[in-house]
Amino acid sequence: MDTTPTALPLSDDGVPLKVRLRRAERSYKLRSLALIAPLLIFLVLSFVLPISTLLYRAVDNHELADAMPKTVAALDGWDGNAIPAEPVFVALATDLRDLKEAGRIGIPAKRLGYEISGFRSVLTKTLRKLPAPDAQNVRDVVVDAVPEWGELRYWKAFERAAKPYTPRYLLASVDREVNEDGQIVVNESSAFVDIFGRTFWISGVVTLCCLLLAYPLAYWLSVLPPSKSNLLMICVLLPFWTSLLVRTAAWIVLLQSGGLINGGLQALGIIDQPLQLVFNRVGVYISMVHILLPFMILPLYSVMKGIPPHFVRAAVSLGAHPFLAFWKVYVPQTIAGVGAGCLLTYILALGYYITPALLGGPDDQMVSYFVAFYTNRTINWGMASALGSLLLVATLLLYVVYGKLVDNTGQSGRK
Amino acid sequence: MEQSGGADVLVSFRNVQKSYDGESLVVKNLNLDIGRGEFLTLLGPSGSGKTTSLMMLAGFETPTRGEILLDGAELHRLPPYKRNIGMVFQNYALFPHMTVAENLAFPLAVRKLAKDEIARKVQRALDMVKLGSLAGRYPAQMSGGQQQRVALARALVFEPKLVLMDEPLGALDKQLREHMQYEIKHLHDELGLTVVYVTHDQSEALTMSDRVAVFNDGIIQQIDTPVALYEHPVNSFVAHFIGENNRLSGTVAALDGRRATVRLSDGTTVQARAVGVDTAGRPTSCSIRPERVRLHSFDVQADNVLMGRILEFIFLGDHVRLRLDVAGSTDFTVKVPISQVDSAWKTGETIRVGWDADDLRALDPVAA
Amino acid sequence: MQKSMIGVGLCALSLAVSGLAQAADITVISFGGAAQKAEDVAYYQPFNASGAGKVIAGEYNGELAKVKAMVETDNVSWDVVEVEGPELLRGCSEGLFERLDWSKLGDETQFIKGAVSECGAGIFVWSTALAYNAEKLAKAPASWADFWNVKDFPGKRGLRKGAKYTLEFALLADGVKPADVYKVLGTKEGVARAFAKLDELKPYIQWWEAGAQPPQWLAAGDVVMSSAYNGRIASAQKEGKKLEVVWAGSLYDLDHWAIVKGSKNKATAMKFIELSNKPEYQKVFAEQIPYGPTNKNANSLLDPKIAAGLPTAPQNLEGALAVDTEFWTDHGEELEERFNAWAAGK
Repeated sequence: MDTTPTALPLSDDGVPLKVRLRRAERSYKLRSLALIAPLLIFLVLSFVLPISTLLYRAVDNHELADAMPKTVAALDGWDGNAIPAEPVFVALATDLRDLKEAGRIGIPAKRLGYEISGFRSVLTKTLRKLPAPDAQNVRDVVVDAVPEWGELRYWKAFERAAKPYTPRYLLASVDREVNEDGQIVVNESSAFVDIFGRTFWISGVVTLCCLLLAYPLAYWLSVLPPSKSNLLMICVLLPFWTSLLVRTAAWIVLLQSGGLINGGLQALGIIDQPLQLVFNRVGVYISMVHILLPFMILPLYSVMKGIPPHFVRAAVSLGAHPFLAFWKVYVPQTIAGVGAGCLLTYILALGYYITPALLGGPDDQMVSYFVAFYTNRTINWGMASALGSLLLVATLLLYVVYGKLVDNTGQSGRK
Repeated sequence: MEQSGGADVLVSFRNVQKSYDGESLVVKNLNLDIGRGEFLTLLGPSGSGKTTSLMMLAGFETPTRGEILLDGAELHRLPPYKRNIGMVFQNYALFPHMTVAENLAFPLAVRKLAKDEIARKVQRALDMVKLGSLAGRYPAQMSGGQQQRVALARALVFEPKLVLMDEPLGALDKQLREHMQYEIKHLHDELGLTVVYVTHDQSEALTMSDRVAVFNDGIIQQIDTPVALYEHPVNSFVAHFIGENNRLSGTVAALDGRRATVRLSDGTTVQARAVGVDTAGRPTSCSIRPERVRLHSFDVQADNVLMGRILEFIFLGDHVRLRLDVAGSTDFTVKVPISQVDSAWKTGETIRVGWDADDLRALDPVAA
Repeated sequence: MQKSMIGVGLCALSLAVSGLAQAADITVISFGGAAQKAEDVAYYQPFNASGAGKVIAGEYNGELAKVKAMVETDNVSWDVVEVEGPELLRGCSEGLFERLDWSKLGDETQFIKGAVSECGAGIFVWSTALAYNAEKLAKAPASWADFWNVKDFPGKRGLRKGAKYTLEFALLADGVKPADVYKVLGTKEGVARAFAKLDELKPYIQWWEAGAQPPQWLAAGDVVMSSAYNGRIASAQKEGKKLEVVWAGSLYDLDHWAIVKGSKNKATAMKFIELSNKPEYQKVFAEQIPYGPTNKNANSLLDPKIAAGLPTAPQNLEGALAVDTEFWTDHGEELEERFNAWAAGK
């Protein structure tokens, strides 16, 4: 394609050939671009845009500056050592009056409440006792009416909340917070590090269980004659056709104290007391493994289907015990499938929340549960975004690690 | 039927039968002795039972009845990985995730040999197949011929008692195939290997083997040296499977010891050697090699002389091929060296066609 | 995504068009389930019959996020939504709901405390109470202290997975008077006290997530006592389950109607709320499901037997506690976080 003649030949109409070629190629490229445009637009709208919004929301701190612009402007340059002077209070009063009129006091109130819980009521209290627009000594009036405004820590909190960007959500996601002196300290009453650890651990255990169950099953499927394997494949895929909630509910029915499994075991006399199989970690593991199993089986099956049986035969003919032959010759060739299956399962598991919510106890909840909690229940989208961003970063890191691992064993992928 | 290649028998099949579905037999009552140091080829069309027989020997299939002995020991009691039989597979079956050296070291490592000994043997095996410099390559980085040699070296590196080859040259182009035939034969002679080779390519079988067992329909039709198979096929199947043969159908008119008088379909009678006929009055199919037929414009000295019309004349450099209409057969082929060709032979001419009675073999009839 | 945007667009368009055409259809979103059925009988059907307009019923899980997204993108397809106290307060102060002109909605003095607010009109009073299976317990529990007493009442307990209600019950069990619960919980020591009390019971608790779980668990014998929504227990009782409610120490709260900011059918929506504020319709509602009417005049219309089973019955209100929405709006996130840390064993 890239023919660059040394002397520039001219075509009939005197335009250099190179230019004509470039024109022709440009139109060709534009046409290709037009063909992929729907996909590109779809990707931007459904993928790039939401994720960048998510990342932005995790640090975005414009609520206060937007809602109370005058106070924020007046506070600019405040040294932080003393209660701000009169102009700041005048601005505060003006802002609050505007907010009252617009009926949007909730937004700054919520934001300030994150800094000091109870700040919200301070704001609403102030709203009720606002001095008249032309009042003098606003500072004294306000501090008299609402003594919290005379406390330095409220003003410092206000200043922190006024900055256009904040690390507070991200810090809070790892159980850290900025204290009044601007230092990063551990927040003892927060457990997100534990929750992240728990999320990774549960996902890991689920992935491992899936691998252990799926590997022999996928192998079996791959060696069966097509008529049988197709039927079994449908059975494997069957769970995809029922809703997640139905499957989760079905597990509750099976696993609960008076459920089928406990009832059966008790009837057989194997146990006296019902086993606690649900509303704890066990229930979460069982149902997540069940739901995610197809995602492990499918990549394994597709890789195994491509491995002809003569490799193991060859190894056996060379003197290897069938188990050794399987381990040394068959398993290494399925590594790509194992990697893809594990990655898929693990990443999907990281995002689970309905299943742990319904089948687990409060100490079995994963990060996504809290993302949903902040998104839907408390509408703290900053916090939801920060947790989501961290989970995203963790997932990307995992993907990079996977990429490296696959690259190292890349030779095995050659055919 | 000759069944033994020599006094020193390494492998024997005794009344071996194999059925996959419990209804039809893929291998019917196989009896076969393979001598030490022999190069035996199992030849036959696909589905004839040759590969199944090889797989039973390798241990990947078990006989339904009968037994297989290796060095006098009952082989079917031994799991395949303990048989110490080297095997070269049709598509090489080189492990794609291992280098050439690792592939070769595999059979030695599972035998728990010392590291330095493994390295020594691997190097020797690689040198043997002239691939000493490619030890670090992966199979996918090599050509088909190179992979073939690695597969060969891997089957030999642990010095097995017996080497099985399942259509090992099937995937190579013609030139490379001929070259590899020579190399395999060379290794066989040099190392004194016992080789059981499966192929459906009769020229490959004839070139390489000490003996060839021709399979059809689960039965060994004939087992013999390549020359004997070519010159003295015992039945119509072998006659037509190996090399070219002209077929003349008729009825046995008279039988006198080894000589049969056959009345061909157009009424002419010819003398033939009785091989697969024992009763007069029975139908027969006679066969004769194209190069055994003599042609002459005026007169020909032979036991049988017939008239034939030339239908086709093909010049092939050192010889010519003629297709004739002889005794009702329009597919009668004759090969004549260029030096004996008469310029008068042209399409449409009628000439004399003759052959010795011993060259026409009266065999079992072939259903038309 | 594109598709859904187009879908939303089409929806908005069709709504706009239909709005022009008849200006009478309003979309009313509630929490679904038995309560929605009761609302249908008590409010939607009479409203449809009144000729003022037609109700298009929908349901959601109470996520304010949906309303927020609608208002922010100016794609308001809902008109009236049923919300709980905290959501009402939050949504009102964030400008997600229209302010209500109470002069058009009825006499403010007829309603119970909390039912009349800037953006919301109370629909009914519901309660979270101690429920137990009378067949599984030899002795009837009478208070949250009994709930904590695993010696005399052996067996598992069900509590809602979360800080709200759980902390109040812990303090009540620890002997705090109902009137003082939020005062105590507003202090650091009070929070520590509540969690310390929860520690005692931790191994015996089976946490529920959905309101349908407690009656199911109680009936199946998975737990012997549980906190539960009174309406759910009442429906289980109707099905013949021997479940009982202890009203002392119950927490009651209101569900409200609110009009989504920017609703194109505000006038019709106001008419709908006006209708549902009337005692004769609230009486029908309470007959369908045992949630208390917000219009005090409805009580006198009710059969005394039914009235006795409502959270608003005077004897049931004794020792009960109103959920402090302000408190939970101020401290909710902090306490839920603390609860998660506690559950994780920190």
